[in-house]
Amino acid sequence: MQTNQLVLLFCTVLLLLGLVAFFVGRTKAARVRSGGGKMFAQPDQYAWFAVLSTAGPAILVGAVGAFVMLLLGADIPTFYLLAASLVVAAAGLVVGIAQVRPNFHARQAIERAIRMALASAALISIFTTFGILFSIISEAIRFFQMHSFWEFITGTTWSPGDSFLASAGRGDGSGAQFGSVPLFAGTFMITAVAMLVAVPVGLLSAIYMSEYAPQKVRTVAKPVLEILAGIPTVVYGFFAAITVAPIIVNVAGFLGLDASYNNALAPGIVMGIMIIPFISSLSDDVINSVPDTMRQGSLALGMTKGETIRDVVIPAALPGIISASLLGVSRAMGETMIVVMAAGMRPNLTANPLEDMTTVTVRIVAALTGDQEFESAETLSAFALGLVLFAVTLTLNLVSVLMIRRFREKYRVNNL
Amino acid sequence: MSHSFDEISQQLKRRHRKSARLKWVSMGALGLAGLFLLLFFADMLNKGLPAFQQAYVNTEINYTEEAASDARQAIADDLVPIVSRTEIRSIPLQMRNNEDLLGTSEQRWLLANGEVDQYLKGNRNSLSEEERAAVDARVEAGQVELAFNSTFFTEGDSKTSESAGILAAVVGTIMTMIVTLAISFPIGVMTAVYLEEFAPDNRFTQAIEININNLAAIPSILFGLLGLAIFINFFGVPRSSPLAGGMTLALMTLPVIIISTRAALRSVPDSIRHAAFGVGCSRWQVVRDHVLPLAMPGIMTGSIIGLAQAMGETAPLIIVGMVAFIPDVGASFTEAATVMPAQIFTWAGEPEAAFVEKTAGGILVLLAVLISLNAFAVLLRKKFERRW
Amino acid sequence: MNSQAPVMTEQETPSVGQPYTRNEQACHDLSIRVRDLNLWYSKNQALKNLSIDLFQKNVTALIGPSGCGKSTFLRCLNRMNDLIPSVRTEGLVEMDGLDINAQKMDEIALRRRVGMVFQKPNPFPKSIFENIAYAPRMHDMVSRKVDQDELVERALRDAGLWNEVKDKLQEPGTSLSGGQQQRLCIARAIAVQPDVILMDEPTSALDPISTATIEDLMDKLKEQFTIVTVTHNMQQAARVADYTAFFHLGEIIEYNDTKVMFSTPAKKKTEDYISGRYG
Repeated sequence: MQTNQLVLLFCTVLLLLGLVAFFVGRTKAARVRSGGGKMFAQPDQYAWFAVLSTAGPAILVGAVGAFVMLLLGADIPTFYLLAASLVVAAAGLVVGIAQVRPNFHARQAIERAIRMALASAALISIFTTFGILFSIISEAIRFFQMHSFWEFITGTTWSPGDSFLASAGRGDGSGAQFGSVPLFAGTFMITAVAMLVAVPVGLLSAIYMSEYAPQKVRTVAKPVLEILAGIPTVVYGFFAAITVAPIIVNVAGFLGLDASYNNALAPGIVMGIMIIPFISSLSDDVINSVPDTMRQGSLALGMTKGETIRDVVIPAALPGIISASLLGVSRAMGETMIVVMAAGMRPNLTANPLEDMTTVTVRIVAALTGDQEFESAETLSAFALGLVLFAVTLTLNLVSVLMIRRFREKYRVNNL
Repeated sequence: MSHSFDEISQQLKRRHRKSARLKWVSMGALGLAGLFLLLFFADMLNKGLPAFQQAYVNTEINYTEEAASDARQAIADDLVPIVSRTEIRSIPLQMRNNEDLLGTSEQRWLLANGEVDQYLKGNRNSLSEEERAAVDARVEAGQVELAFNSTFFTEGDSKTSESAGILAAVVGTIMTMIVTLAISFPIGVMTAVYLEEFAPDNRFTQAIEININNLAAIPSILFGLLGLAIFINFFGVPRSSPLAGGMTLALMTLPVIIISTRAALRSVPDSIRHAAFGVGCSRWQVVRDHVLPLAMPGIMTGSIIGLAQAMGETAPLIIVGMVAFIPDVGASFTEAATVMPAQIFTWAGEPEAAFVEKTAGGILVLLAVLISLNAFAVLLRKKFERRW
Repeated sequence: MNSQAPVMTEQETPSVGQPYTRNEQACHDLSIRVRDLNLWYSKNQALKNLSIDLFQKNVTALIGPSGCGKSTFLRCLNRMNDLIPSVRTEGLVEMDGLDINAQKMDEIALRRRVGMVFQKPNPFPKSIFENIAYAPRMHDMVSRKVDQDELVERALRDAGLWNEVKDKLQEPGTSLSGGQQQRLCIARAIAVQPDVILMDEPTSALDPISTATIEDLMDKLKEQFTIVTVTHNMQQAARVADYTAFFHLGEIIEYNDTKVMFSTPAKKKTEDYISGRYG
């Protein structure tokens, strides 16, 4: 029989057993109760307990078996595994029915099980983080076995060259160089351009919305800005490549400068536009939670509104604003689609944003979408780059969280 | 010692000017952001709306013996360069499927060649002068015209611009989202319920919290690396399938759902819980019968927003291979499929100029879906929002 | 409401805005003249036909049950109510012979001459030094660094805080205790050298010892400044004020020499309030 059919059969039988458990459990409990016995729980609760003791262990056995098969490579035939699960289910059914006794706390047992299910769901997010770490690190280690870590961190030439030949057993891959400095330089350049757009526009918008704008403008402007954050990045990438880049080339040409169509300015500016709402929204919240007494104190000294905002409100909100900007930087560095579509492919160590340059994320995509062997150094280099990206963004996020927490403690606001 | 009003006012003039400047500059910044948005939508509409129209040619098709082997024989010679090659190529196939067609002829609107389409829309094209004149003449005669492009909504991807459609991507998106939601919604809600209602406030819980906040801010491409290394290489989930893509996106959506669910649970006042405890409910019964129903609108809103986010995500899907060329509408969760943003990405990479408008057209469809989803979420929140 | 007749002593009704009894030791140069002041929050009238003359280099206390409009009135004197969009005022508030609500009056200039200390200490998120030096610098009152140091020291000395903070001027203002923070706020206000200082329940958030310190301070500061203070604490009014005005439901019921007010109030309502029958 096909595996699919086997699994289907297994599910059907398990479902049937569960139904049997439910109804038998309930009838038995109802009988005990109508016999005048006092019970700790409702008949339905006994019924659910019976279902739980039938299906729970069986599914657990199935899952563990499947995991052992995958993880340890043990060759357990699917048929035997499923059969074993069903046997466990049948045993569970018997136990579950037997437990329908007046002095058994069925409800507590069920709730313990539910609590455990909830807690294990909460563990999934931890597993995800470890999954990311594990998958990146294990492949990155393989990469660092082929190429030195030091060269990767400090090298200024990134040319995977014929490393794919080496993995196919031809050539020794010695021509390949994996110096990631130009990639990070490109990433930082584009991030810097993005922040130069996003921080002033986002912060000033937040100032306008929280300090000047009438309520009506506020209720309209906030969601409109949020739209900017909701536009998919692939759309921004298209916009950057098709609309913004030619404009920049034309403007640069008008000024007598030479710009590449894959210049760093176009993706940077568009990324900045995307990040505006992240900065404005968080800054707006932070500025709003600066206590009003602070503003009044300044105004009562004869300060103008502008001076009050500049010298009192903004300094008070600064930790939150910095935190928002750090989150923005982290997002800009990890942004992929805009740079894949609008930035260049050529690793280029330059300070001129009009030249084409590539970024870490672009190389990750390039390394994993080609037709190379998975084992090749170029493919594995994607994971090494991913590792550094993970470390950098993680640090930025943590620092940002710490700063916002300090702000929150200082002014005792809980809505951030 | 103190100054009169006049003296002070003199000095204040300069400061008032400066203060006013901040107001105007900050207003300008908000205006600039709005202008970006306006410019963006104008540009997309300008580029994308033409994609919903396509040039059609009114053609007489002769289902002759020769046409069965050389499809070009089926239509008039001078029409061959104008009509879409995909349409011509499909003629022998139709004849094979329907034996009765042989020997008959019919008058039908066929898709025009992409170059003709671009010419009619006034875009860059590769038609020669004579061809242009011929097309013009036929437009005069009413044999060539621009009409609503139904192909765009009923077909999958194609290498010829005129017959490329977005349906395969739409179906792929729906399947991927089913997987994403089926995984992330229950796990997300369960996690949030545990953290908010059950978990003791200890180190472990705090670690989970920090971890979730951090997951929400990790670059999406790293989730793609996880999907590739764990789901595809380790568990053997088929590459490019909605299953692989959906699972990857589910992990990405998880923190969004958890965070919004927790907010929704927190907004249910404690008095409700106390009342329920007071009548003898257990903790689980309180959550199931009182807290969750009250928090449901908030949970739904958050989930829809998370879904919309996942729907627009491309980078992790590229890594798990969902950028394949998919001409046919998929039918299974384990077959190769594509999704809307990936389709947009693929089209954006096509060198043919006609694909620019297809890309923008696809973008308009995607944006329409996302905006309706978000609007729905906002509506949901407005309708059920409760002030305690 | 209409018990206009004096209760304890035979007194003539004073002319509009004048106290019932003159405090002979007090200075009687006019600082702020208020006539027929009305104020509405949207539709609700909060102040009704207030008329009062506030004298220079005096402490005037405003007392009354909560919600009687005393704080609102205080905020009329430096136009802090302008910050609340729904507030509408009518009537005359005059300083230096100029109507402070007039179109051409700059409220920033007004606030520079009428300083304010708030209920809760609200130091800026800056160092102690900067908290005080900031406003004078913005007002171009000091040009040289030396002047600035001198000004900060003088303000802190006047506020009785110098000895406590002279070694930690660069520490943040929020690091001080509540009472010290409030004195920092007073120092901040006097550093601008205003004519009038408004105090809105300045000690209500403080402990008794800090309260006593601030009361002593008010006594000293009135040599230089006109002080108008709102207090919910009648003993405090009796201790620090030269004149006291009793507010009730947005009206001034009685404006009198503090000693007379607390010994022989002119109005029945005042007597009821200060003897604790309501409020």
